[in-house]
Amino acid sequence: MSKKTLVEATINGETVEFLCEPRQSLLETLRDVLELTGSKEGCLTGDCGACTVLVDGRPVCSCLMLGVEAQGKSIVTVEGLAINGVLHVLQNKFLEHAALQCGICTPGFLISAKSLLDRNPKPTEHEVRYALAGNLCRCTGYDKIVKAVLDAAADIRSQGEGKAAAR
Amino acid sequence: MAESTTTGDFKVIGTRPIRPDGIDKVTGRAKFGADYAFPGMLHGKVLRSPHAHAIIKSIKIDKALKLPGVKAIVTSKDLPAAENKLEQSGEMTVNPMHLSMNILAHDKALYDGHAIAAVAATSPHIAEEALRLIEVEYEVLPPVMTVDAAMKPGAPILLKDLRNNEEGDKPTNVAQHYQFKRGDIAAGFKAADYVIEREFNTAMVHQGYIEPHNAVGIYNSDGQATIYCSTQGIFDVRSLSAQVLGMPVGKIKVVPAEIGGGFGGKTTIYLEPLSVLLSKKTGAPVKLVMSRSEVLRASGPTSGSKIKVKMGATRDGKLVAAEIWMAYEAGVFPGSPVAAGALCIIAPYMVENFQIDAYDVVVNRPKTAAYRAPGTTNAAFASETVIDELAEKCGIDPIDFRIKNGVKEGAPQIMGPPFKRIGFIQTCEAIKNSEHYKSKLTGKFRGRGVASGFWFNAGMQSSATVNIHTDGTASVVTGSPDIGGSRASMAMITAEVLGLPVTDVRPITADTDSIGHTDVTAGSRVTFATGMAVYEAAKDAERQLIERAAKVWEKKPDEVEFRGGMLHAKGNGVPPMSIKQLAPRFPRTGGPITGRASVNARGVGPGFATTVVDVEVDPDTAKVQVLRCTVAQDAGKAIHPSYVEGQMQGGTAQGIGWALNEEYFYDDKGTLRNSGFLDYRIPTCLDLPMIETIIVEEANPGHPLGVRGVGEVSIVPPVAAVANAIYRAVGVRMTQTPMSPPRLLKAILKHRDTQHSAAAD
Amino acid sequence: MPTVVIPALLRKFTGGVERVEVPGKSIRELVCHLGERFPGIEHQLIEDGDIRPSIAVSIDGEIATGGVLDTVGENSEVHFIPALGGGEV
Repeated sequence: MSKKTLVEATINGETVEFLCEPRQSLLETLRDVLELTGSKEGCLTGDCGACTVLVDGRPVCSCLMLGVEAQGKSIVTVEGLAINGVLHVLQNKFLEHAALQCGICTPGFLISAKSLLDRNPKPTEHEVRYALAGNLCRCTGYDKIVKAVLDAAADIRSQGEGKAAAR
Repeated sequence: MAESTTTGDFKVIGTRPIRPDGIDKVTGRAKFGADYAFPGMLHGKVLRSPHAHAIIKSIKIDKALKLPGVKAIVTSKDLPAAENKLEQSGEMTVNPMHLSMNILAHDKALYDGHAIAAVAATSPHIAEEALRLIEVEYEVLPPVMTVDAAMKPGAPILLKDLRNNEEGDKPTNVAQHYQFKRGDIAAGFKAADYVIEREFNTAMVHQGYIEPHNAVGIYNSDGQATIYCSTQGIFDVRSLSAQVLGMPVGKIKVVPAEIGGGFGGKTTIYLEPLSVLLSKKTGAPVKLVMSRSEVLRASGPTSGSKIKVKMGATRDGKLVAAEIWMAYEAGVFPGSPVAAGALCIIAPYMVENFQIDAYDVVVNRPKTAAYRAPGTTNAAFASETVIDELAEKCGIDPIDFRIKNGVKEGAPQIMGPPFKRIGFIQTCEAIKNSEHYKSKLTGKFRGRGVASGFWFNAGMQSSATVNIHTDGTASVVTGSPDIGGSRASMAMITAEVLGLPVTDVRPITADTDSIGHTDVTAGSRVTFATGMAVYEAAKDAERQLIERAAKVWEKKPDEVEFRGGMLHAKGNGVPPMSIKQLAPRFPRTGGPITGRASVNARGVGPGFATTVVDVEVDPDTAKVQVLRCTVAQDAGKAIHPSYVEGQMQGGTAQGIGWALNEEYFYDDKGTLRNSGFLDYRIPTCLDLPMIETIIVEEANPGHPLGVRGVGEVSIVPPVAAVANAIYRAVGVRMTQTPMSPPRLLKAILKHRDTQHSAAAD
Repeated sequence: MPTVVIPALLRKFTGGVERVEVPGKSIRELVCHLGERFPGIEHQLIEDGDIRPSIAVSIDGEIATGGVLDTVGENSEVHFIPALGGGEV
């Protein structure tokens, strides 16, 4: 049996120390060691995006990364999107637009969408589809997901404009 | 059965509230099957056959058992003997021997991925290492992979005990022959001015749910077992697992986890009995989760098929005859959806003369499971493209052709009684009048295609209870796992009947001990049948509320009525009372109020859909881009329109994947070569446009709210619609799915050569 | 008298006849009388005392759920159809 390694990382804004075996993926570590089961396993080959997390701000399939590679990194999972229980705009828009049916792909989509909007606050429909092409959904046909992301982008922009106007 | 009320002024039904489980789903709190963990839990893995067809000569597990961390290993020897006959198990028909053989192979490995043994260990990695240490001696046999190979005289026989309904005691790979006939096809074809005859082949495809199968089994020493799993049918898991394990049904409790997609594929069992078996052997909870590769290799896809369609029409566009031969891959155990396909294939049309012969055929592939309107998408690919050709020959617009021949109330079904009130013509007209269809499609290599589809929808059994709480809010309890947002509709129906805000009604999906028998979440039946039970349970609660108010007011119940969420005394000026006001009086007027109902639902309304698709074909690579898509479906009454739209969009997307890219690719040894999401290519966000939806509401007279099932029929037309669009884009009629670039390119080049040589002549 | 519509593959028992009038007040009685008139057909419809699991019964336009116990009226029309999905799980 392989010896476990002590890893220190920032997870959803908190400094965390944990033990994991070298052969455990980051996904397995998040789910089974840290009990953060929000990131999902769909394929283990990086093709479905259900395990998407942000690693130092970049969207990564956590099934393709080892737990030990999290050393010193900052990781954001779906559990870290709401701040103090207040839902992120994307989470609200997904609910309003009924952009989920079974919900298994939703955490991955939220992370990928957040990553898109962090980089590109005014995406076109095509840009949204391109950015989300690494996340598979079998239930919705993507229509309402794309609409939710576009609506969230518009909301974030107008909030930003509102704040700017208020200064 | 209650006749449908007018779809008049609803307060809650038809609105779009946020789904009650929404916050858990967007925050990652919702617990899916693989998210469960228990103290002392072990992890299980399954050893699977690498051979499509082989005799299992021996299985040696001693080396694997010695690996530190391994706690138990099971094979079919650990399962009780099972009978080879068709039995009723709840509402399903089951062959216990075949079911057992699929859970763990008996004397033969029958498909690549067939379960041979299962291991429980302290970590999933150790369990995987243990699999490598199990020694299996196989005698490899030639695999039989297609219906043609299986039906050939002299083909290797896969199941030595299989007999069909026609050939007496002759061993065979043909499990069943169905036939449906009407009129005189010879006379019909004679009267036809145009006859089209085509042969089609469709590839095996998978439901493609993103969440793999899972189960956690906990066996207690008193013989009681609990299974946590993602399933569409908790009572099915219970009775099927009990069957395989030789346990009484009442000793197994099944708790539904949230489920990450099913589409019919999670209506049966794979890991559930293994989890209990391993738990029994180890005394610990055991969790098993399939990998993606296992899901594709070893869980039910739907049938590939060979379909021959011959149809005739008179020059004014009237269909007069149809002759159809269809053979579906059942996988290695009987039970393909070929009969359903046969009953749906020309169901939208009035055809006076037809003969349909349908064959259920076993091959060395995983046993097929239901996939959204099972059997019907294959069938519609064949019939709807032939109809497109006939319409073209007659010089009639394809939608007008369908309207001309379309079934209406009173028209006969393929088999069985005439249709009651249905909405097929309305879906055609909705597409005809849609902005999409009216718009002009311009540009090279672009084409527009139309197709329609039919699905029966199901009734079956459901139970529901409605509890009124001490603060006047309510909960509604059902046994229907929620795969698409149905629990929101259950809350909405309850809220509508009781006049409560929908946020005051909590919907619960209960386990098998907490609710009466409820059949599977499938067959587009939940909003219909469970909705019916919920409606009746809410009405039962209403009756009790009236009785209680009567007691409080010292009146007779028939002097009290319930209106607009309030209890009113008829006649004199007693101020009306809300449920909230009445609730504190429950204890003194008789105790808690629980409304209950059980149904074996009758009055099912079948569903129709019509779809139009615009495509652009790249002439050099034959990549097909779907430019625009609109689907019209009759839903009877849309309880929550957003989730009805969601079903229509989801089904359409699956149909497009089926049309353009999805297929099982086996090599000549019968090994599945594309058992992952990279090469089993389902549509991504970039592959699809927005999917426009038109909900037609032609109320189902058999349901108190007019509901018709919606979950399935939208998957039926898209494959044919895409094929018809490709034809108009590049002049090629495809008779094989998927119409992927390599196949389509070959057809385009062949077509171009034919055109060049014709021009040269 | 109630009418029974015979499925195509069972018409070999009825000499090709599709629609048959048979007396009876319940499905059980109808099947019993069918069996008397067309020997062998009963076994195709009944197993262990009830309608075979692979067969669904419709009475007057609706799928009936009571098996042999369902009652029929004087002018009822009864169909025997393959159970949806065609057989086993």
